[in-house]
Amino acid sequence: MQLTELTAVELGNKIRTGEIGAVEAAQASLEQIGRLDFRVQAYLTVEPEKVLLQAAEVERGIRSGALTGALAGVPIAVKDNICTKDMKTTCASRILENFVPFYDAEAVVRLKDAGLVVLGKTNMDEFAMGSTTETSAFQTTKNPWELSHVPGGSSGGSCAAVAAGECFAALGSDTGGSIRQPSSYCGVAGIKPTYGTVSRYGLIAYASSLDQIGPIAKDVRDCAALLEVIAAQDKKDSTSMARPDTNFLQAVGQSVKGLRVGIPTEYLSEGLDDDVQEAVMRAAGYLKEAGAVVEEFKLGLMEYTIPAYYVIASAEASSNLERFDGVKYGYRAKEYEGLHDMYKRSRSEGFGPEVRRRIMLGSFVLSSGYYDAYYLKALRVRARIKQAFDEAFSGYDMILGPAAPTAAPRLGTSLADPMKMYLSDIYTVAVNLAGLPGLTVPCMVNAEGLPIGVQLIGDCFAEKKLFAAGAGLEAVRGPWMQSDLVRGEEQK
Amino acid sequence: MAETIMDKTMDEIEILAKLYLTAEEKEKARQEMQRMLDYVDMLNALDTEGVEPLTHLFPIQNVFREDEVCESTPGAEILKNAPREKDGQFLVPKTIG
Amino acid sequence: MKQYETVIGLEVHVELATKTKIFCGCKTDFGAAPNTHVCPVCTGMPGALPVLNRKVAELALRAGLALNCRINQICKFDRKNYFYPDNPQNYQISQLYLPICHDGYVEIPAGEGKKRIGIHEIHMEEDAGKLVHDDWSDSTLVDYNRSGVPLIEIVSEPDMRTADEVIAYLEKLQAAMQYLGVSDCRLQEGSMRADVNLSVREIGNPQYGTRTEMKNLNSFKAIAHAIEGERERQIELLEEGQKVVQETRRWDENKEASHAMRSKEDAKDYRYFPDPDLPPVYISDEWIARVRAEQPELKEEKEARYQEEYGLNGYDAGLLTNERALAELFEATIAAGAPPKKAANWLTGETQRLLKEQEQEVSTIRFSAAHLAALIELVEQGVIQSQTAKEVFAAVFSDDVDPEEYVRAHGLGIENDESALEKAVQGILLANPKAAGELKEGKEKVMGFLMGQTMRALKGKANPEKVREMIWSLVKE
Repeated sequence: MQLTELTAVELGNKIRTGEIGAVEAAQASLEQIGRLDFRVQAYLTVEPEKVLLQAAEVERGIRSGALTGALAGVPIAVKDNICTKDMKTTCASRILENFVPFYDAEAVVRLKDAGLVVLGKTNMDEFAMGSTTETSAFQTTKNPWELSHVPGGSSGGSCAAVAAGECFAALGSDTGGSIRQPSSYCGVAGIKPTYGTVSRYGLIAYASSLDQIGPIAKDVRDCAALLEVIAAQDKKDSTSMARPDTNFLQAVGQSVKGLRVGIPTEYLSEGLDDDVQEAVMRAAGYLKEAGAVVEEFKLGLMEYTIPAYYVIASAEASSNLERFDGVKYGYRAKEYEGLHDMYKRSRSEGFGPEVRRRIMLGSFVLSSGYYDAYYLKALRVRARIKQAFDEAFSGYDMILGPAAPTAAPRLGTSLADPMKMYLSDIYTVAVNLAGLPGLTVPCMVNAEGLPIGVQLIGDCFAEKKLFAAGAGLEAVRGPWMQSDLVRGEEQK
Repeated sequence: MAETIMDKTMDEIEILAKLYLTAEEKEKARQEMQRMLDYVDMLNALDTEGVEPLTHLFPIQNVFREDEVCESTPGAEILKNAPREKDGQFLVPKTIG
Repeated sequence: MKQYETVIGLEVHVELATKTKIFCGCKTDFGAAPNTHVCPVCTGMPGALPVLNRKVAELALRAGLALNCRINQICKFDRKNYFYPDNPQNYQISQLYLPICHDGYVEIPAGEGKKRIGIHEIHMEEDAGKLVHDDWSDSTLVDYNRSGVPLIEIVSEPDMRTADEVIAYLEKLQAAMQYLGVSDCRLQEGSMRADVNLSVREIGNPQYGTRTEMKNLNSFKAIAHAIEGERERQIELLEEGQKVVQETRRWDENKEASHAMRSKEDAKDYRYFPDPDLPPVYISDEWIARVRAEQPELKEEKEARYQEEYGLNGYDAGLLTNERALAELFEATIAAGAPPKKAANWLTGETQRLLKEQEQEVSTIRFSAAHLAALIELVEQGVIQSQTAKEVFAAVFSDDVDPEEYVRAHGLGIENDESALEKAVQGILLANPKAAGELKEGKEKVMGFLMGQTMRALKGKANPEKVREMIWSLVKE
């Protein structure tokens, strides 16, 4: 068995016992990146010297007994919208092409404190706006299972890197499904935690009331271990919360007997691929086998989630992205006449089309005369959607559904029709609107050789139930497979 | 159907969002926005009478820091990424007034 | 010409007296090197987030309760979106929908009685950075030291009609904020800034006219000039049959004229929306009760107490309480042992004269209460004469010298004062013509008696040798 095939927790154990060194692990990841990333193109930035230096320091820390965490020494990738001190952080945008933060995001601080080794920064949709990682200004990341397909998005780089064994785990961010959907496409596990569980300090904001950082890994247990590292209240993020129950690893392996799982009937209606439907049904079967009670129910209001989401996310984005103006950092147009021309040229040249589209929509829905009709209306709808989930969780412990309507689409087929792309977020955005945790677990591989995951949605703060159920599902499902690419078989 | 987006509205959005659009881009953006707003209009089918807009997900209140000085960032770091600077300050085109 | 009435409302920005900024821990100190009191939060770095300074809410609440406002017990922050380089996020965090305080008032003197000026609202917000023009590159340089300094904006109702009322209102706010410890409220330094909203209407017309907003008013004088200038400009327009345009105008005190601040690129639409980064502030009944209980004595209360307790006249009591710093100096001088009336005299008399002569403000006073009290004591004990005391006070005023040391070093005590000695001896000789005659005739025995009398008159504070010389020289005349 190759070193890179270990899960993060397995690797962490071997590092702790001294069987494998932190430097050795980092070298293995760097080698895998060298071997595969010119094809997958998951990373935007990898700085091997820094990686090995940090790994050596961690190794000393482990030997001296200063670092004792379950994941000390484990190499990890970080999405490029999460600030890393002295390492470029671009949001896959021209406008931040050369931005080097002088501070770490709080989540990264916690990674480093726990002895995880940051390998580099992963590709994404520009400013996390997109569902395929194709809106990146710099490169197109490929799905390691089928290089002609997208990895999903916006955390496509992080998911592809995990799937390709180019890291043992990764951080992603999820505003409307950006961890859960690409996790499904890439056959990895990923969780969007309850809003406020992980500090957003240093996460370059897309939509502040929806954004959450979360772990992406090979299995549910790794996700739980990594979330345990990064979940904490942060004095620098007023929306982060104190949670007494962040010992998530403990939940993995707990019985799911008697757990009540609901599948919204709306989730199984038109627009859903047969393959995905099959995956959901298989997952339901696995859970039942593990002792859970699974039944269908009507959730309601789901048709309103996408319009409400796009109004709210675009409105917040239009304001959050105002700071990119060519004054303090980032791209400034080469030629301009006067201040406002400088703003307009820098922003028009610096932002890609999808980002510009959402900024314009957001500016419109907040403008006077439309604020009440669009923005406030969307916030009222949001309140009703949250209520609908509250009611659902009074009857069920969790909700089971798809993470995306299809398996990963082919490269180059999604961006032409933005509206169609937005509609594909139907199974994920509601979770962000209501602040809920959502976990994607790999479930099957379809005839085309593409993986499909399912999504478990929990009530606020119910991550432990999700981890227990997700791990239970995995146990019945059996060992997960790897893509041909990772197995070393040549693809066409 | 949502309100019709006029060219004038697009001009205003350019100013608000600080973006330039060519005539062609502007028309395309107008159509896309129109399509999006027509779609968003379906929100009106849901009765939200008496429902408070949900601005904050959880009933968290009074998250404060105390009035205590923290170390500031050295000026050099703050200016490290500046496209243009002079004398420890960010340099921008002349402002009026 | 028709008769016009001026209608004025004020938007007053007051810098709060906190150690740190509203949303980060950077210092608020004035005058640091550019971009040294900054961090990711107050320079709008990607990923930075705001966290509210508790003291800001506390001070805003204190101000609101003192200005008789109602409190929004749930208040929220909103983003005001507009692009300008002094605003690093290109949105200002402010309050529009639920400001912390609303519907208050202050009373200003009007003729014999009082007039009530309504306070529409008070909201918390962050200050912007500083822009300086760089001649050499013909560009603008941006310093974010002030970015994120906490402000409250006090918005009045359009209840004022004259420049005098405006100034009375501002003085009232200034005193209240100073007494409350909310702000030092210095117009010159920009810790208090007033924007004037002004319209005119024909007397008797119940409708308001179109208003303009005047900015850049750095002194009471500029405010008075701007009000007069804008009133005339608007009346002139109306008399010529033209319309007043609703706009923001910048006052130029040197030219005594204003010009419109207009640009087609100025977003007139601020797209306010609730800031998702900041949870609401809940102000409990207990919090309000505590702030009310802790409210310090304000100007009016002090003014009345000074008259009642110390027997000061209304004018002096008013003058002493106009600014908190002066009242505090007065009270400290009394605490150091000075009789209240004497302390009041120095602070309303010589102090005011010297401030005016040197074109200084109360806030620049350097001398300590202990030294003023010591000076008063020297006069009381007859160590120095009142004329000399003024000379000593000038030194206390300018350099806060220790009056006793100063008198000794400069030989200003009565013992060294020729004229005082002469006067005293003359008095003794006149009162004792017999002894004076005997001394003149050479009976030196009486010298002892005359010296004793003189020393007693001078309370012993005289040099015996000098007294002897003086008696001789006067007797021989």
